[in-house]
Amino acid sequence: MSELDVRDAATPPEPAATPVPDPGLEEHVERYTDVDDRASRATYRQIVAMLGAVPVLVVAFVVVYFAVPISAEFALFGTTWKAQHVLLGGTVGLAILLIGMALIQWARLVMSDVEMSEERHPAQTGPEARAVLAADTKAGVEESGIKRRALIGSGVAGGLGLLVVPALLALGDLGPWPTDAVRAKTIEKTIWAEGIRLVNDVNYLPLKASELVVGQLVNAEPENLQALHGSEYQIAKAKAAIIVVRMDPNSIRIPDSRKDWQVDGILCYSKICTHVGCPISLWEQQSHHLLCPCHQSTFDLGNSGVVVFGPAARSLPQLPITTDADGYLVARSDFTVPVGPSFFERDSSKDFKDGDN
Amino acid sequence: MSERKPLRRRRGTRAFVLAATLGLLAVVYAGFAPATRSLAENTEQITQGKDLFATNCASCHGLGGEGLAEEGVPALTNVGAAAVEFQVSTGRMPAPNTVSQPVPRENTFTADEVAAMAAYVASLGTGPGIPNEDQYLPSGLTAEEIAEGGELFRTNCSACHNFKGSGGALPNGVTAPNLQETSPQHVWEAMRTGPGQMPVFASGAIPDADVKKIVAYLEQVNAQPSAGFNLGGLGPVSEGLWAWIAGIGVLVLFAIWITTKGARA
Repeated sequence: MSELDVRDAATPPEPAATPVPDPGLEEHVERYTDVDDRASRATYRQIVAMLGAVPVLVVAFVVVYFAVPISAEFALFGTTWKAQHVLLGGTVGLAILLIGMALIQWARLVMSDVEMSEERHPAQTGPEARAVLAADTKAGVEESGIKRRALIGSGVAGGLGLLVVPALLALGDLGPWPTDAVRAKTIEKTIWAEGIRLVNDVNYLPLKASELVVGQLVNAEPENLQALHGSEYQIAKAKAAIIVVRMDPNSIRIPDSRKDWQVDGILCYSKICTHVGCPISLWEQQSHHLLCPCHQSTFDLGNSGVVVFGPAARSLPQLPITTDADGYLVARSDFTVPVGPSFFERDSSKDFKDGDN
Repeated sequence: MSERKPLRRRRGTRAFVLAATLGLLAVVYAGFAPATRSLAENTEQITQGKDLFATNCASCHGLGGEGLAEEGVPALTNVGAAAVEFQVSTGRMPAPNTVSQPVPRENTFTADEVAAMAAYVASLGTGPGIPNEDQYLPSGLTAEEIAEGGELFRTNCSACHNFKGSGGALPNGVTAPNLQETSPQHVWEAMRTGPGQMPVFASGAIPDADVKKIVAYLEQVNAQPSAGFNLGGLGPVSEGLWAWIAGIGVLVLFAIWITTKGARA
């Protein structure tokens, strides 16, 4: 007995129960290609022509690949075009398009378009088949001997279960467990420290306080970044990047707690957005606003870096700075709060909030 | 007689050495002296500049260049000659109003008139002067130096002006201008004076040698051919716009064609 023959005689719903009466099948209208022999042959020729163009285009692609020099250009629509790029893309693109269009025309105009309906049968397997399966399974379990020799079953289950241990142990090497001590040495710390000079990014020129003018922006780094290389350099730079700005001290608000974090209106902030960590240097010198290009978070550098717009939730961390004996800008310490985007364990109670003093 | 002869010769030598030294000093001075104008000429130029300033600038900036802080008009007392040269010769100033961002227009002043106004504003206080060509025109830079110019550009300029200098949008309807048509002198002047919302990039952090590298990078980037339409060179925004409107538009047309019923329908 095959399963297909086992069907529950589910009764279809009463027609009256449906809100809209079953309209039945639409009346079949024959296509031109079904009734007109000429139209049928024209469509056939059209499809064959489209498919027949494909080998020609493929040969053209090969010829262009070898024959057209890569430097060849032509002018069209007021700009220059690389001949080889346009022809390679054009030939193979057109070939793929023609294959697709030929298949669609075949399906629309040549294949039969008579609509057919097929009643669904229930998805559930019949009761007899289920009874057979249950009996077979029971017999199989009996024959395996697992009921009488029960320790084999426990051994297999226990052995397979313990294989999780090596996998978990290996996964543990993906990174250190972010305990307080580990975080304090890694993501909550940068290479800034007391006495480290602020230097311009790229050319590493030290910044003299007397040479900075009001309205100036400097994309800066710690001087000790130069000693690092490779991934160590990248990781340090990603956290330690800063922007230094000088504003008219009378046009900004400096809280009492940060009076000695700045030098005559020269203030220094982390360059890493507190939202998701994009580097920011779009600073408007008249409004003192710093705008992140990624999600438009805007920080007011004239007010301790508080957020004035956008999705960032925390103020931009400020780096306390002073001058050394030669008048160059130096850090007074590392950042007082972790820089960059939020993370689960981050203590955000020490961040500057608008109105703090 | 015979005792005096050497003395006279020594005197003659001394006179010659003195004359030669003075002559050499004159030559050296002529070589290093920046302005050949006399004091009277300078005073005359400043007077002419003051008159031009009174007619063209003073209605907003005030007769003494004191500005109008409540209208957002900056004081010109310490902006220097470079700021005037930049603002006036690019046609940004005189601005038609104090509300919108000044945009480059046709400069209707002669070079002498711009120089006179610059001299007058420079006489009001301190600030960067008009640069010499050797401060901003790059020549003979190596590929490494031009690459460093690119690094400096991407670090300091690209946040607003885009990685190719094509400019971009800023808050409150302000735009950062396209730098592809900006002359090297105006790049130097804009960096040193910080027009509008643009910060100052002073020589303490970016010396003239680095400005030249940045100018050379811009020139090289602009000289590179772009194949096909560059769609403004603005990156994913304009490319995405075209992909959505043109690309998906064509796909929609194909979908309509595929689902239309065949003949007679």
